[in-house]
Formats: sequence, structure tokens, C-alpha cells
Amino acid sequence: MADYTQAETGGTLQRPEGLRGIAADLSSDQRAFKNVSWGKAMMWIFLLSDTFVFGCFLLAYMTARMSTPVDWPNPSEVFALHIGGQELPLILIAIMTFVLISSSGTMAMAVNFGYRRERGRTAALMLLTAVLGATFVGMQAFEWTKLISEGVRPWENPWGAAQFGSSFFMITGFHGTHVTFGVIFLLIVARKVWRGDFDTQRRGFFTSRKGDYEIVEIMGLYWHFVDLVWVFIFAFFYLW
Amino acid sequence: MAQAQTHSGQQHPVKLYLLVWGLLFVLSTFSYLVDYFAIQGYARWFLILFFMVLKAGLIVAVFMHMAWERLALVYAILVPPVLVLVFVAMMVSESNYTIFTRLTFSSVGL
Repeated sequence: MADYTQAETGGTLQRPEGLRGIAADLSSDQRAFKNVSWGKAMMWIFLLSDTFVFGCFLLAYMTARMSTPVDWPNPSEVFALHIGGQELPLILIAIMTFVLISSSGTMAMAVNFGYRRERGRTAALMLLTAVLGATFVGMQAFEWTKLISEGVRPWENPWGAAQFGSSFFMITGFHGTHVTFGVIFLLIVARKVWRGDFDTQRRGFFTSRKGDYEIVEIMGLYWHFVDLVWVFIFAFFYLW
Repeated sequence: MAQAQTHSGQQHPVKLYLLVWGLLFVLSTFSYLVDYFAIQGYARWFLILFFMVLKAGLIVAVFMHMAWERLALVYAILVPPVLVLVFVAMMVSESNYTIFTRLTFSSVGL
């Protein structure tokens, strides 16, 4: 697994791993993160910025919840559903979680088949990921509709602290927007894979550049991030 | 393997992804059960955060291939979010102060 680099003399040098590798990467007076492509590094940096945005939202919610003397609504009851004459706590959110995790699983497999140049399977798995993502957004729309009909607003709710409404709509809304954009991009990339753009070196309609199968992995990074954020929302908003 | 690596990027057995997928399902179920059985207090906090960290770790390490990236990238991405914990500590202290002033000086519930 050793990584090699071209030396000035034309020979190859072994690139150091571990902490020495970090020092070598960052001090080599060239671009950092040696064998990481620009596309991947930029997606990671975008995701880091997104982490801070979501981090600030969750922090704002945490601060609002901790600083209000009014009772916070119990999410376990708020998001319960009547199924078969039984009140199941938080069941809708649990199902949404399983749907999103499954979409992450299919996406990871799509990346794998992409690198194996199995166009059909890659496109099909990406399509399945998009369908699961759309299902998630659909369930969220149902959840919003239910809460709005029960009287939840960004400035009030029937069960206590008004900040519940603003936190809920802001956090789940921003996450849902991410999922929606993810679904759109999944469909675009799936189409490119299906058509064989990365085999025929067809140029992209927007950038006029030739893509390659790495775009599936980069797309996957975004998608897994959306799932990752949900893990935190699930823990801090719904289970707290 | 080395040759395949240069041409095909992150290539790992599908079995590994299926395993992680299964583990994420199990961990989510445990998270849900914490709520279902209405576990409260410190036990609830510990369990929620424990399952959350495990899930997040699995997603980042395996699904996002962080476990196989160059260490320079791993540190550049993972260290900054850890610093958010400082922000969390500041906001906890701030909200404790806010609720204290509200309870002490405000007669109407805010």
C-alpha cells in the first residue's frame, strides 16, 4: 500500500506514512494530501464547512433548550404515531433513520461498483439511493404536515417552550434541503454513469470537463455526510 | 493490488459495506430502544452518545473511506470539528447563566 512519488531525478521515492507523512505532505511546497484528488479534497473541505453550519444550528438549539424555564415538549410523544390502535413512541423518526442508513449502504456499494466499471449496477444502486432519499424527504413532509396541523409554528407550539418550533423547522428543514439537493445530484450523476460518460470521455454540460468514476465517490461523500448529520440530529433533537 | 489501487481508487469488498450497514441498523435499533424503554438520566445520555459516536465513526471511517485516506487529510478534516466542543462548553455556561437570570429576575415565564 506504500505510496510513491516522482523524484526530480526521474526515479521514485517512497512517500512516508503516519506523522512523518503529514509533515512531508504539508511541507513539500506542492499541493497537500498527495494522492487525494482535488475533487475529493474540495468536497471534504465543503463538508467541513457544512459541519460547522450544522454544528452551530445544533448549538443554538441546545442553548435555547437549556436556557428556557418553560417545559420542553417531549419528542418521544410529539413524534409518536398511532399504529394498529397502539401509540408507538418516535416510530416515524426510527423508520426515517433506517431508510437513510439503507440509502447510505446502497451508495457505498454504488461507489464500489463504479470503480469496477460496472455501469449498470452503479447507476441502478445510485437510483435506489435517490429513491430512498426521496422516501425520506416524503416522510419528512408528512411529519411537517402533521406537526403544522397540530399547531406547531416557528414561534409557538401547543406543548410548551416556543423555541421547540423554531429549532425543529430550522434543523430538520436545513437537513431536508440537503437531502433534496442530494437526490437531484444523484439523479444527474446516475444518468451520466448510465450513459457511459466516464467511459467515452464525454464532456460535462456545465464544466465542459471530462469526468471519471471518482465523481461517484465524491457524490457518495456528500450523501454519507447527509446520513452522518442525521445521526447527530437523531441523538440530540429526537432522543434528548 | 498496488496496480489496481492507482486505477480504481477506493476499492473494498462489498461484504465490508454490508457488515457496516448491518451494524448501523443494529446501533440505530439500540438507540431507538433507549427511547422505547424510556431510560432516563445519565444512563440515557451515555447510551445515546455512545451509539451516536459509534454510528458516526462507522460512517466516516468505512463509508466515507476516511480509514484509508492520507493522515494529513484525516487530521485536517477531523481535528477542527473536535474544537467545536469548546464552543459547546461556552454555550452550556452561557445558557446556565441565562436561565439563572430568567428565574431570578423575571416574573413571567419566557
